[in-house]
Formats: sequence, structure tokens, C-alpha cells
Amino acid sequence: MRPSCRRPEHAEPRKNARPVVAALLALGLAGCGAGRERADLVFINGVEPESLDPAIISGQPEGRLVMALFEGLTSRDAGGAIGPGMAERWDISPDGLEYTFHIREAARWSNGDAVTAHDFANSWERTLNPATTSPYSELLFYVDGAEDYAKGALGDFSRVGVRAIDDRTLRVRLRAPTPFFLELCAFQTHYPVHLPSIARHGIDWIKPGKLVSNGAYRLVEWRINDRIRLEANPHYWRAASVRLKTVEALPISQATTAFNFYSTGVADLTLDKGVVPPMLLDELRKRPDCHTAPILAAYFYRFNVTRKPFDDARVRRAFAMALDKGFIVARITRNGEPPAGSLTPPGIRGYDPPAGVPHDPGAARALLAEAGYPGGSGFPPVGLLFNSTEQDEEIAVAVQDMFRRELGVRIELRRQEWKVYLNSLNRIDFDMARSTWVADYPDPNSFLDCFVTGRGNNRTGWSNARYDELVDRANRTLDPAARFALMRQAEEILVAGDVPIVPAFHYVGVKLYDPDRIGGIVMNPIDEYPIREMFRIGGGR
Amino acid sequence: MDRAFLRRCLANRRISVSLAILALVSVAAILGPWLSPYSHDGLGPLRFAPPGAAHWGGTDLLGRDVLTRALMGARISLMVGLSGALVSLAIGVTYGAVSGYAGGKTDALMMRLVDVLYSIPRLVFVIVLISVLDLRVRAALVGLGHPEWAPQAKFILLFIGLGAVQWLSMARIVRGQVLSLKERQFVLAARALGQSHAAILFRHILPNLVGIVIVYLTLTIPVVILEESLLSFLGLGVQPPMASWGTLIAQGAQTINPIKSYWWLLVVPASAMAMTLMSLNFLGDGLRDVLDPRARR
Amino acid sequence: MRLAGAPLLLLAVASLTFLLMRAAPGGPFDREKQIPEQILRELEKKYKLDGPVHEQMGRYLWDVARGDLRLSTQYRNRTVNELIGQTLPVSMALGATAFAIAIVAGSVLGICAAAAHNRPPDYALMVLALVGVSLPSFILGPLLMLVFSFWLGWFPVGGWGELRQLWLPALALSLPYVAYITRLVRVSMLEVLGEDYVRTARAKGVSEARVLFVHAFRNAALPLVSYSGPLAAFILTGSLVVETIFNIPGMGPFFVNSVLNRDVFLTGGVTLVYSALLIAFNLTVDVAYVWLDRRIRLD
Repeated sequence: MRPSCRRPEHAEPRKNARPVVAALLALGLAGCGAGRERADLVFINGVEPESLDPAIISGQPEGRLVMALFEGLTSRDAGGAIGPGMAERWDISPDGLEYTFHIREAARWSNGDAVTAHDFANSWERTLNPATTSPYSELLFYVDGAEDYAKGALGDFSRVGVRAIDDRTLRVRLRAPTPFFLELCAFQTHYPVHLPSIARHGIDWIKPGKLVSNGAYRLVEWRINDRIRLEANPHYWRAASVRLKTVEALPISQATTAFNFYSTGVADLTLDKGVVPPMLLDELRKRPDCHTAPILAAYFYRFNVTRKPFDDARVRRAFAMALDKGFIVARITRNGEPPAGSLTPPGIRGYDPPAGVPHDPGAARALLAEAGYPGGSGFPPVGLLFNSTEQDEEIAVAVQDMFRRELGVRIELRRQEWKVYLNSLNRIDFDMARSTWVADYPDPNSFLDCFVTGRGNNRTGWSNARYDELVDRANRTLDPAARFALMRQAEEILVAGDVPIVPAFHYVGVKLYDPDRIGGIVMNPIDEYPIREMFRIGGGR
Repeated sequence: MDRAFLRRCLANRRISVSLAILALVSVAAILGPWLSPYSHDGLGPLRFAPPGAAHWGGTDLLGRDVLTRALMGARISLMVGLSGALVSLAIGVTYGAVSGYAGGKTDALMMRLVDVLYSIPRLVFVIVLISVLDLRVRAALVGLGHPEWAPQAKFILLFIGLGAVQWLSMARIVRGQVLSLKERQFVLAARALGQSHAAILFRHILPNLVGIVIVYLTLTIPVVILEESLLSFLGLGVQPPMASWGTLIAQGAQTINPIKSYWWLLVVPASAMAMTLMSLNFLGDGLRDVLDPRARR
Repeated sequence: MRLAGAPLLLLAVASLTFLLMRAAPGGPFDREKQIPEQILRELEKKYKLDGPVHEQMGRYLWDVARGDLRLSTQYRNRTVNELIGQTLPVSMALGATAFAIAIVAGSVLGICAAAAHNRPPDYALMVLALVGVSLPSFILGPLLMLVFSFWLGWFPVGGWGELRQLWLPALALSLPYVAYITRLVRVSMLEVLGEDYVRTARAKGVSEARVLFVHAFRNAALPLVSYSGPLAAFILTGSLVVETIFNIPGMGPFFVNSVLNRDVFLTGGVTLVYSALLIAFNLTVDVAYVWLDRRIRLD
């Protein structure tokens, strides 16, 4: 090259563009870079949060931040177990219907205001009010009268079973004994919000500088799709025990990117299974910074029982028997997932889930022949509906292969985008669809309630009076053992009798962090990891 | 096109080499999947096997042969590229010829519309369009009595959508040529003989454009292939178990990490695609040089 | 006249996007857990998505005309104006850098190639240019990351906020166009280098560098200016992918997600902004072309 190449200063367009570029750079990079101190903990949090309003959110990344910012009557410890929160203690009536919560003296909002029983009653009213459009308000329906109020049948909130006796006493009346009610009290729908600041700021109330919260942290910075920064809340009742003073959440949903951020030290911790590259699982599982534990979530297939050919229970059963769940977990998901017979995962204390349909290709072929399709001949064209999260695509390809091999049936793969997929599920416009269900609270009811006739999450068209009755009776039974026995009978119908669904496997969560540097994380099936319990080992950064 | 032109083309090293590569890729894409002992969607026992004697391009998570999949991907990408370019050709030539031949106000208006379309983000609309119309096209195909085509709905949308946004350059070029051709002696003569406009356009003018149209067709194919793979990369492409180069590259890109790279998942489809794009660009370039010696240096 | 047509064009873009999004299967309120009927109605009311579609669109266009791009249906506490306000500067900074790199590096390399015409550096540059054109940003991105982040450790793997984080994505975005511009500049340089005025300049003893960069390049600049319109469009499209690969908080990933999430107003808003940017840019290019053309002819 000639020496002249080194002097490009006469390039016309650039001369004009230079100040513009400089200005844009300044604008685009503004407010960051120099002066920023690395937070005590930087973690990767999946997608950009849709909101931080406890009544509005529904996803896990949002839930994680909201759990750091807010606290309910009860709270979870590092292992996910329920302990006191804003309420220091509670009394439960012998019939299990009435709860009296005593709110602690030291309960404060991040602006210093006291957290009162009225805050809870008013916040629950807000969540139930249809105008708030809370997608999860049904978790408050266990409170007497709440469902009627939310659906407009009851106009007067004072007749709903929640009442502030005084500033520090909240009385809640339930419509049925709900053994998992204290679990719900630690869930976002039951958190209090600071109503005066909502009145003042409108939709902006969740933004830095405006958000008043009552949890271990307060919000100091939120740059869209870039980072959210939290700082320990000095007014929190156990502020002294909060060891990480600053925390940053990075919204990264792409697994490869997330892993690259983690492995180059930009982030210390990943909490979502979705942000661990499946391709690397074989390698990662050998490493000390990879932590796995089963979680209460199931991967399963729904059948559309309202149209041919899956309106025939024998066909559904045949497909269930031909499904090689062992192959899926051993060859594709590869994270130690247990193949699932039941919908309810193992690990709920006292509940022994049924075994479901066995893997038996021979019997499957016989059943299919009995249903009128020997060797798959004459089988109508059917599709398998799925969306592309994590490894759905690979699983779908493998399942297609299994049915072709074992049953002689060639199913068509139908990948749809998330919203379209959900819409197809809602309208029951599919033949067979993959689904995931994650427990909202550790109880079989969180799974079994979905398939009660007419429930919004049923999405199969399936209805069984005996099943409905068993679930209903279980939820009116106070004795835990008797209750679980009824639940088990119901689940037996679901996964071994009528088979409107086939469970494939139960999820195993993966967290990446260096155990020599970060402590306070206890793997648990609830998949909840309160940040206030975490700490740095050796005090270093 | 005359003999001399063809001879000049073949004498051009760029053209002959790129034609040879393209021929190789096409033959491999057509015959490869047949000759390969593996099927593109058949699962195999080896997970992430590196390239070797059994699997020249290695295997993926499900043990599928990466080379076979890349060749199937070639079929799809080339098909989308070719059909997309043909769609753009049909629209662009018609539009440009009509505009140039009509001249005057019509021409001004039609070219104004092209300017307008140039200045909106067309691919953005394709993204919206594909996402919106997928199910409708499916339903339409089933309604027309071709349920077996339904899985190809996205495929059809891809090439129509991409073709529909790529015709602008073609229209401009054709229009310019028509504008100058229509004042030439033989056209004036034909008009004096009382031939209809359509006849003049199709019999006298368009045949003179074959060369330039082929050049731009060649240059449009790589653009369409690229845009298809960009859409596939974003997850809007063809349905599995089909896979285009874009889908395969997207999967391969996930192997870029500091601890364990299954590099062949990226390298095999990426080099196939890069080689094809390069040959098409070379070819288009070479053809343009031969056709338009002014630009040849 | 073109300036006057721009607002109309933008309204047409807004209507088209709105209609497409509303005609799409799957709506913004389809969720993993089904939403009760009552809440759904409240949501539709809140987001002004109730009533017949033509009325919805009328109200939307009216809001757009007043500069209100409405609330995002996905990011529940944010207006589209706010989302774009925060992410657009990021995309602009990245895009402008990529644009500058493409123009500057492409010109310099093109001039070098022309100066070394038909000698090895020229061939090498031309082969490189063709390779570059054939390597799209979604292949280049991961490759650059592999080499410069993992092997050499010179640049971070992504993110935003420091100057260091800008270079890899800007390179991934611009390299294919550097290659194209190199070829473009080389050809137009070669055309001019044989002309009389260049020969006169050389005869007068003007240095070779000055001949190349001042006298000859000025002429070659015209095609470059007309290419900058399409270049801006390509960079915009490319940014959708590059921002995703490098996790850059710009508009690109938002746009793709908003389409998939059926976030009607966010998709509408981003499409509008993209269109407005391109229209404005193309107008500028036209003006610049006329101005430059006149100046060159006057000289």
C-alpha cells in the first residue's frame, strides 16, 4: 500500500458527519461508563421486565426483582421455606378459615412511612379491582368474597374477607381451608404497594426516584434493556442482615450472550435455566460453578379431545405409551430431568404422585390398531404445536421421529410464535401441543386445578365430572393426608385414565455461580432465591 | 444474447470460476441429500461428533449429519433466493417497462412511488408481514384443497415477501433502458408500421434487456438469500425439521463461547453460504463488466 | 413537495402497521395463563383497542399525528415515546459509527486499490472486498466475538455504556459495506484517474496523495453519496441482528420482540421512527448530492 493511504482526512462525507457522530456517541453513551462502581452482585435476569408493579407482573424475571423490592405478610428464606415477613406472627382459627396477622412494629416503607394493615387491605383491593387488570388476581380468590368482587358480583369491598382491625392487625377470612395460604402470602399478588405514590405518579410510580417499596431493596436505576440497579433499603426491618448493598440485574434473554457475560466475569450469577446454553450442558455439568436442582415444573403434551383423532382415549393412550421420555431427557435436555409419569412433580412433601402411563411401544401399536389405525394406516394428518423456547424444536423433532418409528404416524411440526401459540392454545386450535406448567405454590392443587372443567388453563376441551368432584372435595378437606389422597385419585384419572395430557419430564433448574465467591444460595424446588440472603465470600468483589 | 457475448462471458475468468462453483453447489444441493447415507432429519446416535470419516461435517445435538443438513439448507436457501429474485424480476421488469414506455406524467408518478418505497424500511414490513400472514396463508392452502402444502406456508411467504421488496432497483434500471430504447430507429419503425404498444414492448424492447436483466437477477439472488437467512436468524424462517442456511447459522452462532466450541455447526453452513454469495456476486459483477465495458477495468 | 409528502407517508406507514398487527393471529393480551374475560375487556378499554377496527385506527392515527405513540402493551408502565426515547440514541450512536466506518474505511481502501491498480495490493483488496460482501453481520458478529473477545481479550463480549463496547458491533455492522464501498470507490476512481485534469495536476507536480485524495476522489464521491441512502437502510436492518447478538439496548431487539409480542403500538412506533429516519436521511442525501454535483461542476 502506498504511504498516501494513511491520510484520509479529505474524505468529504466524513467531514460533515464528524460532529454529528460525536454528538450521537455522547448521547448514546451518556450517563454511564466512568464513575460507575461495579455492584456487589451482578446477575443475569432473563428478559427486560414488563413492569415492577406486583399486581401486574406475571413472569419470573419480574417476580425476582419484585421479591427484592417488596415483602408480603410472610417471606421466603434462602431455602424457599416460609417464615415471617411484614407480619411477625399470625393466628389461625381451628377450622383453618380465619387468619389474624400481626404486623411488626418496625415494618417501614423505603420513605420511612409505617407499613400498616390498611396498606395490605387496600393493596389487595387494588389487585382485585378489574380496572387494575391484574393477570394473577385469581390467587387472591381464596379470600372469601374476593372472586365475587373481582367479577363485579359484589360491589362493596368491605364485604370481602379482609379487614384491618387496626394499624397492626389484619384479619383474613378464607372461603375454604387453604393449607397453602401462607405460601400465597409470600407471593407478589399479596404484596402491599404504596398507594399514595401511585396516586401521585400514575403509571410512572415504579420508576427510580418514585418507587416506594417495603422490601430489602430500593430501586435506584433502570435503563431499558440494559440494567436495573438496586440498593439496600435502610428502612427495611432486617436491614442489618442484608449483606449485598448494591445489586444489578442484567436483562439478557439469549442463552449464548448470557453465558458469555457470565464467563467473562461481567455477571456473577445466572438464575434462569433459559439463559444457560443447552449446547454446553454436557460440559457445564462437570464444573463446580454449575448448580442444579429439580423444580416444581412440568413439561407435558396436551391433546385436543374435541376433535378426531384425539377424541378417542385409546389413541391418546397409544401416543402416551409411544413417547420415549427417557430419550428426551437423556439425549436432548441432558440436565438430569426425571422422566414424568405424573403432572405433579415429586418433591411436594406428603404427596405421592401416580405412576401414569408406562412407555410400551408394543402396547401402543396394539391400542392404535384397536382404535382403527393398524400400523398408523388411515391416521388423519395431525400437527404438533410448539413454540421456540429453549429446546422445544429439538424435542419436537425427536418426538416426530418416535411416533413415526413406533406408530407409523407422521405428525407435522407446527412451530408458532409465542403469542400465536398461546392464542391457538386458548382457542383449542391444535391436535397436540407441548406445554409447560410451573407451580405458583408448592401444592398439587397448583397443577390439578388447571384441568377442572371450564378452567381457563384447561385448554384441552377435556371435562370429567369425577375429576372435578375429587379436586373440589380435596380442597374442602382439612386433614393433609386425606386431602392428598383425594388429589392423587384425581391425578390418576388425569394421567393414567382419560389421558388428556401426557407429562414428559419435570424440570431441573440450573444456576451458575462460583461457590467460593457467592454464598446464601440454597437450591430449592420452589425456584425462589431471595437476594437479601445472598452474600460475597471473603468480602471481596 | 449472441454467441460473441457468450464467448466473452466464458473467457472471463471470474465468470467461469463462479459459474463452476455455483454449479458445484447446486449439484451438491440437488444430489447431495440423495447420495448421503444420512437423512437431514434422521436422528443419529452420535451427539456433537466432530467432522471425521463417518460425518464429513460432524453432527449436531440430535446426531443429525451437519453436512446433509447444510445441503438441504442449500436447497431451501437457493430456492428462496431464486424464486424471490424471479418475483422481483417479474414485478420490476413490468413496472419499469410500463413506466419507461409510457413516459411523461405516468412515468414521473411511477418513479416517484419507487422513490417513496426506497425510503421506507422494507424489511421491517416483511418481518411484520410474515409474522402476520403465516396462519392465514396456511388456512388458505388448506381451504384450496392442498393441506400437504400447508407446512410450506412460511416458505411461500418468504420468497413472495422478499421478492416483493426487491424489485425497486430492477424497475429503475429497466425503466432507464426502455426510455432510451424507445427512441431508437427500430422502435420508431415498428410504431410507424402501426404495431400495438404491447407488441412493441414485448417484441422489440424487452428482448434487448435480457442481458441487463440477467445481471441484476444474479445480483438480486444473493440479496434475497441474505435477507432470508437474516429472518431465519431472527426465528421467522422456515418450519423445522426443514432448515435454511440462516437457521443453521443461527444455531451455529450459539456455539461461539469460551469453553467449548462445536465450531463445525457454524463453519459448515456459513462457508457454504459465503461461497455461494461470493460466486453470485462475482458472477453478477463479471456479467456486468462484459455487458457494460465502460465499467470494466 | 417531497418534504410535504413525508407526513402523509408516515401516516400511511402507521395505518398499514396498525392494520397488519390487528389482523394478525394472536393478540397482545394472550398470555401463558389465560386472562379472565372481565380483565380482557378492561385491558382493551385501557389500550383503546375496543370498538370496530376502523374506529380504533382513526383514534390511533389522531394520537400519532399529535405525537403520542401511546402505551406499550408489553411494558405496562411505559409509553412508546419513552421506550423509543431511551433506545433510539443507542441505535443511532451504533448506526452512525458503523456508517462512518463504512464510508471512511471503504473510501480509503478504494483509493488504495485504485492507486495500486492491477498490482497485487489491488487484487488482494478486491478479493477481500468480495469476501466481505459475502459475510453477513450475523456470521461476522460471532466470529469477531470469538477472535477479539475470547482469543485476544481486547474487547468485551457486548453490552453498552463504554466506548470499548462500541467497536465490535460497529465493525460487524459495517464490514460488509466497507467491502462494497471499496469496490464502488475503486471503480469510480479508475474512471477519473485517466482524465485530463488529473493528468494536468500530476504534470504540475501536485503530490500523488493530493491527486488521489483531492482531485480524483472528489469525483468519486458522487456515487458514494447516492449509495449512502441504501447504506443507511442496510445498516438499520443489520442493527436488528447485531444489537441482539451483542446485547445492545437499542431499538432493534425491541422491534423484533414487539412484533412477536403483538405489542401493536410499540411496533407501530418503531416502524414510524425507522421510516422517518430513512425518509429524512434520503432527503438529506438528495440535497447533498445536488450541492456536491454543482460544486464539482463549478470547479
